This record gives sequence, structure tokens and C-alpha cells, in this order.
Amino acid sequence: MIKTDALIIGAGPTGLFTAHQLKLIGLDCEIVDNLDKIGGQCIELYPDKPIYDIPAVPECTGEELTNNLINQLKPFDIKFHLSERVDEVKKDSDKWIVKTNKGTLFTTPNVIIAGGVGSFEPRKFTVEGHEKFEDKSILYSIKDKNIFKGKTVSIFGGGDSALDWAVELSNNCNVNLIHRRDEFRGAQATVDKVHELTKSKKINLFTKFQLKKLNGSNKIESIDIEDDDKNIKNLKTDYVLGFFGLIMQLGPIANWGLNIDKKTVEVDTEKFETNQKGIYAVGDICNYPGKLKLILSGFHEGALAARACFKLARPNEKYRFEFTTSSKAIKNRLGVKSD
Amino acid sequence: MAKIIYIEHNGTNHTVDVQNGLTVMEGAVQNDIPGIDADCGGSMACATCHVYVKEDWFDKINKKNEGEDDMLDQAYEPKKNSRLSCQIIVSDDLDGLVVDMPEKQT
Repeated sequence: MIKTDALIIGAGPTGLFTAHQLKLIGLDCEIVDNLDKIGGQCIELYPDKPIYDIPAVPECTGEELTNNLINQLKPFDIKFHLSERVDEVKKDSDKWIVKTNKGTLFTTPNVIIAGGVGSFEPRKFTVEGHEKFEDKSILYSIKDKNIFKGKTVSIFGGGDSALDWAVELSNNCNVNLIHRRDEFRGAQATVDKVHELTKSKKINLFTKFQLKKLNGSNKIESIDIEDDDKNIKNLKTDYVLGFFGLIMQLGPIANWGLNIDKKTVEVDTEKFETNQKGIYAVGDICNYPGKLKLILSGFHEGALAARACFKLARPNEKYRFEFTTSSKAIKNRLGVKSD
Repeated sequence: MAKIIYIEHNGTNHTVDVQNGLTVMEGAVQNDIPGIDADCGGSMACATCHVYVKEDWFDKINKKNEGEDDMLDQAYEPKKNSRLSCQIIVSDDLDGLVVDMPEKQT
């Protein structure tokens, strides 16, 4: 069981800056995120898109913003738990017991939800019966590519994941690549490679087709794909891989007894606390009159929630407001010389 | 100003007046019409304001933006007449536009 002063759920810009604020005022924190990397939506959705409304930063991309926030956290030792999703938050006297899908347990007086619009999950197929084949014949990510050796694999999607795996698996599998249109959104070099492999019959390419039907009892034996004009083709296949990107789901947060309205969590504007004492929500996931879904608002919300955490983490101490320009204690924490 | 007709997957009709310059997505969100999530707030970074534009309208509205089809690849059950409603800008010419919503967005 990991003990910490505050647990942050979400490693997007708001979660990162909230961690900074907690560490500045002398509190410990750890961060859990369902993605395998730091940065949240900024990294997952728009790493290359420029942002123009970060105070004092005229222009930066999602990736640059994330890197700057990570740099700002360098003086501090913060433990990140990536590729883990918080599943349970339970009250235990004056603490919260938090459990992730990988079984990591935390005990903390403060839980700060900086979860954006929820956790990123792979978009799944929608055809009838897809559930019963999932994790067996239908996969949305690849952990061990060796299971496909010598088999027929049907890959759906038009982005980098779909194309990269089609190229990779064409070495020792029979690959069908199916996409709903002629253009691909993957890197041009990979698109060219796919076309080359299609010409040399290493990849069977089907564009303007989508999955229509899964055939098989215990495992998939074949699939029917359909084009825009309702022409159907039957393909024998052992595995079906779907790479349709990630979607955002509120997920388990919905089950923690919080007041939720339209996928957002209601908070007060003094502590950014939810209806549960010691659980806060900051950034895009919180909701209050006048809420703006801006990164700068997330920073403000995190700063105030961090101060509220102090009261529960250090009940016998009095919080004293200090500036980074003048406080010796803060400078010590940052590891910089004081005058 | 244009009257936009939003049809939920269950068939429920919503006809609302949407000001010129707003997007079809904003028209839905501002009028509390269910079925359009718009998680990313209109920055074309998700596919949760996905709609099907009635065939006779599809060619009359502005063409797809660069990158819109990339996002639609990630939508729930995209079809030939799929659009992101955040990329359809309302003008007088769109009076009577009918959009159907998918069963769900995520």
C-alpha cells in the first residue's frame, strides 16, 4: 500500500501543474494515468497543433507544452504510474483507498481527479457478436506478435498503427488490410510501403470496405466486409485487429459517488472539492458556473485544490502562503539557492 | 439564421434556429440536443460530434476540411455521408438542413 499526501488521476497539463503546486507547498503526490505516456489529450490528440492561449507563451504545441511542464517538475521526485487506470476509490475512516486495474493500492487523504474527459480506451468494432471474440480472435493492441506467425490477420484502420502492423506482420503472416476510404492518415513513407507490398501481393488491400459480419463459433473463421455500394466480400481469417484510435470514456469515475453532470464532475470554486470530502476535480473534467475548458483554468483550479489538500494532509500545521520569489522553504524544495 | 433539423437515432426530431456563423455542433450543444458529445469542444481533435448529412444536402454544404476524414476514421460507424458537425458552419443557405445522429458517439 503506497501512502501519499495526494493522488492525482491524470497526467495531462492540469495534473502535472497540480503536482508542481503540491510539491511547492511541501506535499507528496503520485500520478496515475491510463495512457502509456505523460501529457494527456495534449499528447494523444494534438501533439503537433499549436496552442496560442497559454499565459506568457505566445505559441507552443501540445508536445512542447507537455515537455515544459515535465521540465518544471524536474526538481521534484514524482512517481508516475502509467498504463494504469484507477478503478476504485473507497472511504476508509479519514483516508481514501484507491485501487488501479493493475492492483496498485494507495492510501491518501486527498484524491485529485484531473482526468480530462475520462480515460482513453480503444474504439471497438460494433458488429454483432464482437464481444465474444474480443481478447481471443479480435484484438485492439498487440502484446506478442509471434501469435500471428503463419496465420491470416485482417487489420482494420487507416492510421499509423494499422499501417505499421500491416507492414510488420506481412513478413510472416497473410495480411488483409481493410480501410473505409482510399486515403490513409498514416505517415506517407508507411503508406508508400503498404502500396508497394500490395503490388507484390504481400498485403491484400481492401479500401472503401468496412466490417459487416463475423463468422465462427468459438473463434473467428471468416469475416464479411462490405463496401459503400453494399458489395460483400468474404475473407477467411484467424485474427481481426482493429486500430480506430482511442475514444474517451468517463469510465469508473462514474461509480465513485460523485455528482456528475454531462460527463463532468461538480465542484465548488474555493477548493475545487466534489461532494465527497477529500476528492477534488480540476481541469476539463470539473464543472462549476462559468467553467471554461481552457488549460489556464486547469492551472488555477489545481493551485487551489493543492492548498485544500494541505489541510487534510497536515491537519496539525497551518498553511502559510508564500511566493517562489522570496520563500526560503520553497527554494529549498526547488533546489535553488536563496539570496 | 437557419432552421436545422437534428434527428436522434431513436427518431426524435429537434428543429432549432441556429445563428449564422455557429457550427451545427454548437447549435446542438447550445440547445441541449442529446446525441452530440463534442468532447474536444470543436477543435477537430475527436469524432464525438459525428452526424450523417441527408444525401440531398451532402453536396450543398461546405466540403470536408483537411484532416476531417482522418477523424471520421475514428468515429462510431462512419458512412459515406458522415461529417463532423463542428466543421459545418451555419448560413442562410443551410435553412432546412437535416442531420441524423449515430446510435452513439463513443
